[in-house]
Amino acid sequence: MAALIHIDKLTRTYGDRCVLDGISFDLQPGEVLGFLGTNGAGKSTTMQIICGTLAPSSGEVTINGANLQNDPVTAKSHIGYLPETPPLYSEMRVDEYLAFCARLRKITPNKIPQAITQVKQRCGLESVGKRLIANLSKGYKQRVGIAQAIIHNPRVIILDEPTSGLDPNQIQEIRNLIKSLASQCGILISTHILSEVQSICTRVLILHQGDIVYRGAITPDDQHTLLVTLDGGSNCDYLSELAGVCLVEQVNKQQFRIQLSDTTIAADIAHAIITHGDRLHELRADHSSLEQTFSRLTLEDRNQ
Amino acid sequence: MIINLSARELRSLFQSPLAWTLLAVLTLVLAWLFLVQIETYLKIEPNLISRSSEQGVTDLIITPLFDSSAMIFLLITPLLTMRLLSEEYRTGTIQLLLSSTLSTRQIILGKYLALLGMLACALLLTALLPFSLLFGADVDTGRVFASLLGLALLISSYGAIGLLLSSLTEQPAVAAVGTYGVLLFLWIINLSNQSELFGWLSLANHYRPFLSGVVNTGDISYFILIIGASLLMSMHQLVQRQGVGNR
Repeated sequence: MAALIHIDKLTRTYGDRCVLDGISFDLQPGEVLGFLGTNGAGKSTTMQIICGTLAPSSGEVTINGANLQNDPVTAKSHIGYLPETPPLYSEMRVDEYLAFCARLRKITPNKIPQAITQVKQRCGLESVGKRLIANLSKGYKQRVGIAQAIIHNPRVIILDEPTSGLDPNQIQEIRNLIKSLASQCGILISTHILSEVQSICTRVLILHQGDIVYRGAITPDDQHTLLVTLDGGSNCDYLSELAGVCLVEQVNKQQFRIQLSDTTIAADIAHAIITHGDRLHELRADHSSLEQTFSRLTLEDRNQ
Repeated sequence: MIINLSARELRSLFQSPLAWTLLAVLTLVLAWLFLVQIETYLKIEPNLISRSSEQGVTDLIITPLFDSSAMIFLLITPLLTMRLLSEEYRTGTIQLLLSSTLSTRQIILGKYLALLGMLACALLLTALLPFSLLFGADVDTGRVFASLLGLALLISSYGAIGLLLSSLTEQPAVAAVGTYGVLLFLWIINLSNQSELFGWLSLANHYRPFLSGVVNTGDISYFILIIGASLLMSMHQLVQRQGVGNR
């Protein structure tokens, strides 16, 4: 199947400053692509270029087979876009605003009420339809912004930090929403929150100083790497000698990362540590591989 | 698509107290000037009759009224146009329009149409004043219509220039001040007699003939040229803001 977004050697410069330096990537249907990077890495710039609100200095963007430069109308009709600040008209009511967006996205007039009801239900906006956008809380504004982006059932959804400003419950709802949308289309989201990428994305790109420095699939939680916290100061050399342990790496004074062999499970190690007479404070599966990759790649220059 | 955009814009204009205040002030000031003109006319009427003067209500009441409306519109139009695009830039809603399937031409035309709708309301309020004289006086309706056409073209040009200035900045206040500057300058440019060009560029020189009932294709084309040029430059500016030129 053809890629929903195909980006080829995209560059963007502001004066002398090069913000994007020839990046290329694809987004396939059914994929949730996480876009990671430090502030100013070029995430929002890339998203703006894909959505046609910013022109690239060079390079090609193809959306669902339509070239954005040559055929912007077709290309843009496949996209739903939530910019960093939700593009809301504060003097409008939520229903009015969504109706305006629906017409802007060329939904046929007799289907508009149905589209609005559906999108309000999806984004949990049923109770605020009659309220002025100016009077909504930040979380609700963010949800109206998401509703605006998905009202026309686009093939490609681009969300720039969709969960910023939301409370933990709302974040969970939005993540579930994103997961449910992913089955029908391709989603590109940018975020600072690594755990978010881990929980909703199928693939990740790390952008650093205008270049893609890492691309990889999100692996399901690795059950064979454990983080254990023991009493500080005690002699911990015995860990590497326990049955089933392949590798021990000391994270800090109390914490160790342990690689297990395929046949060993966490309970065996817990049992072994207790039997050895040590005090076990914490034992958990290690989620930090993405975090490590991220800091390794984006901190490099600062450490030099 | 254009209509959708215009309807939203017009609605938000009329939902803000600004538009209503401006319409109220316009009506109040024009009505006051109108009454003062009528009063003066009634005072000198016996004199005019005894001298069997050619001048009537149209010369002495309606023409001065249209002359002052040109200035009053110059004062209110920049306040209506300042938010058109700069507000969209500032709040980021321009992203919504640009990422939708609207072309920049449709965005500019939609905005301009909404503005024309608003200005049409103001023009209608102004037109009520001279036509109210039909009840008791002999009015040269042809000349009133010519003046109305002139005023319509004039304020459409004001609006187009205002839209252009609004496309240049994120600050509505800067757009308003800039529009005042350009409009006033175009109004008084004919004060210098240095060159024919200055006289030709002047808004006043092209507006006054309408008031004496002369509808001239040259004058009409001047206004259409101003409107067309301003709209084209606004479209260009909107494209430019997307950074097409910065390679």
